[in-house]
Amino acid sequence: MYVYDEFDQTLLNERVAEFSDQIKRRLSGELSEEEFRPLRLMNGTYLQLHAYMLRISIPYGTLSSKKLRMLAHIARRYDRGYGHFTTRQNLQFHWIKLEDLPNAMADLASAGLHGIQTSGNCVRNISTDQWAGVARDEIADPRIYAEILRQHLTLHPEFSFLPRKFKIGITGAAHDRAAVKMHDIGLWLRRGPNGELGFEVAVGGGLGRTPYLAETIRGFCPSRDLLGYVEAILRVYNRYGRRDNIWKARIKILVHDLGVAKFRDEVEAEFEASKDYAPVLDERLVAEITRRFHYPNFENVEDNPPELQAAFHDARFRTWYFNAVAPHRVPGHAIVTISLKPVGLTPGDCTADQMEALADFADQYGYGEIRNGHEQNLCLPSVRQRDLPALWRKLDAVGLALSNVNLITDIIACPGLDYCSLANARAIPVAMEISKRFADPDLQRNIGRLHINISGCINACGHHHIGHIGILGVEKQGQEFYQITLGGKADENAKLGTLIGPSVPFDKVADVIEDVVAAYIELRERPEEIFIDTVRRVGIQPFKERVYAVR
Amino acid sequence: MRFVKDGRAAEDPYRRVADDASLPDGVPVLLTGERFLADAAALASRAAPVGVIWPNNREIEELAPHLAHLAAIALAFPTFRDGRAYSQARLLRERYHYRGELRATGQVLRDQFLFMLRAGFTAFEIAKDGDADHFADAVHRYTRFYQPSADRRPVIAAVRQPPTPQRKSA
Ligand code: HEM
Ligand code: SF4
Repeated sequence: MYVYDEFDQTLLNERVAEFSDQIKRRLSGELSEEEFRPLRLMNGTYLQLHAYMLRISIPYGTLSSKKLRMLAHIARRYDRGYGHFTTRQNLQFHWIKLEDLPNAMADLASAGLHGIQTSGNCVRNISTDQWAGVARDEIADPRIYAEILRQHLTLHPEFSFLPRKFKIGITGAAHDRAAVKMHDIGLWLRRGPNGELGFEVAVGGGLGRTPYLAETIRGFCPSRDLLGYVEAILRVYNRYGRRDNIWKARIKILVHDLGVAKFRDEVEAEFEASKDYAPVLDERLVAEITRRFHYPNFENVEDNPPELQAAFHDARFRTWYFNAVAPHRVPGHAIVTISLKPVGLTPGDCTADQMEALADFADQYGYGEIRNGHEQNLCLPSVRQRDLPALWRKLDAVGLALSNVNLITDIIACPGLDYCSLANARAIPVAMEISKRFADPDLQRNIGRLHINISGCINACGHHHIGHIGILGVEKQGQEFYQITLGGKADENAKLGTLIGPSVPFDKVADVIEDVVAAYIELRERPEEIFIDTVRRVGIQPFKERVYAVR
Repeated sequence: MRFVKDGRAAEDPYRRVADDASLPDGVPVLLTGERFLADAAALASRAAPVGVIWPNNREIEELAPHLAHLAAIALAFPTFRDGRAYSQARLLRERYHYRGELRATGQVLRDQFLFMLRAGFTAFEIAKDGDADHFADAVHRYTRFYQPSADRRPVIAAVRQPPTPQRKSA
């Protein structure tokens, strides 16, 4: 993982001093709330229904055990003993006091953690594949480029007051685990004609009120032009993006209004005009950043060691293994996903005790590294296969050996009306109720891969548009109602879901989901045909009939 | 309103002249874009400095042919959240090599001084008087920067020593 040097650390410390001073000026009244707002936002501090919320950046989803322990400390010392992992590789604390923030920020900075640019109209935390560096299907480690972009765009003198927030996603793998097409800029690592590294560049993705998938404007941008090209996109956006209407301010609207072809021409012209002086990503800089990424000293071990084979006699272990363990690029190792979706609890929540336990397991079995992905789960990216049985027993003891990864109870949900001041409806209780209905592990396995995404309002923090089943909270005459969509997809074949009909009230959502799932079981051609493939084959009509026939 | 130029509190030597008013002799003036462009040829030979007030929604490229005759360009921040003038400033400095005064006007607040300075601004019409006293702290708040910019302060990449190898890299 990337190791901060004294320069990175100095900048962080200076940031804490600056923000502490801003908080002091806010508390003394020297700064109005209106003036303070963008400053706190750029440090990840929101004002929510009950308290301030602090959003901590987990760059490219990579945490060291030391950082995770620090997050546990913050949870315990300044919050209510837990934190909440989001869909964009951030962690949120929902119960922070403004007076405590300077100390909390200083503690975080001592472990290299911060909330810089986790909100506000600037370039946000850059997200990547949580399996970066260990996946088998990867051209190169996208975190190197995520870190280069992070550095370049931190406190950027031109792009810190954009029309709206700006999100970049990168993947280096064939299978997109980072929902790249949902980003303002989506980057795929590609090889050029002479084998050189570069990027396919797409722009204008984003969900919310007007969902769009990012469209490619450059098939191949050589790595050395990456910074210049991204600056050209940001400059076109900063100059011409709409600022008169917050709902039309994202780059997706500009791209859509101009048309992708025209937008691309603008960017290419801007890039051409700045060629002589635009920042160049030379190989020296790439090498320098690469060197700062410390990779584990992988042990020389074999696949399928006897310890693992012996453990297969235990049916519970076997179930967990086939659900939560994925192949690693290094022999004798495995990637372990840790579901944060226990039945009946809040998706993405993690207690301080669990964080500390995970940090210990990571040190013991996983080269001290933990990852966080967009599904609101964690992962130990590099575990020796022979240690899997021992790890499983320990995870089980702290309630983290769940076998529902990618199953119907692995629900992505935003905080909704329980915390969020923008919400129309609750999201967490909907997730809890659905997970209770489908709690039976055999039932979940029988249903197979199925992603449910829930958002409490049109801002789409829960990515409902790209859930196989999407659930969106709306308000109707002061009541919580929910629109259901089917057929969304987040990966390299990303698709937006289709609304199946009129919205349903809070207490009927789980019933509807049960009907949809029952219809799927009847409609699927064979058990291996997963939900999304059935929807694609038969369309939404049969589901619609099933759901609304009885209502 | 207080004025800071090149890092120091100063008197603003420029007079803003309305479009229908006559030009005062021997005094530096700030004119609107319309007036400046209409009279550009005549103004080029004016002895006293001429500056232009340029809105943030008009193409900065229009000024390019006239930069040699402009002593000051005043760019606008209608609210501090509206960051278009940062792009205009950088274009003027980097693409058009403009060397004159670049002035920030509008809601120019302490917490943005540093961004403005790094984008190439050299003069500041400071919205809140109290903020002017903190100009120096505000622009020296950070000593390390990741990206090169108009203020030419050293960037982290340039000052980094090659680290001593610690562990094997894969
Ligand atoms: C509780 C405090 C939160 C607030 C006030 C909030 C607010 C917002 C708003 C206003 C937007 C829409 C911005 C736009 O499209 O212009 C947004 C987008 C988003 N939020 Fe949140 N959010 C919160 C928490 C979360 C959490 C907990 C998650 C993850 C579970 C999350 C993930 C996202 C994502 C992924 C988007 C982008 C959706 C897109 O692609 O358009 N947010 N948020
Ligand atoms: S989707 Fe709406 S309700 Fe949910 S967290 Fe985002 S803003 Fe709040």
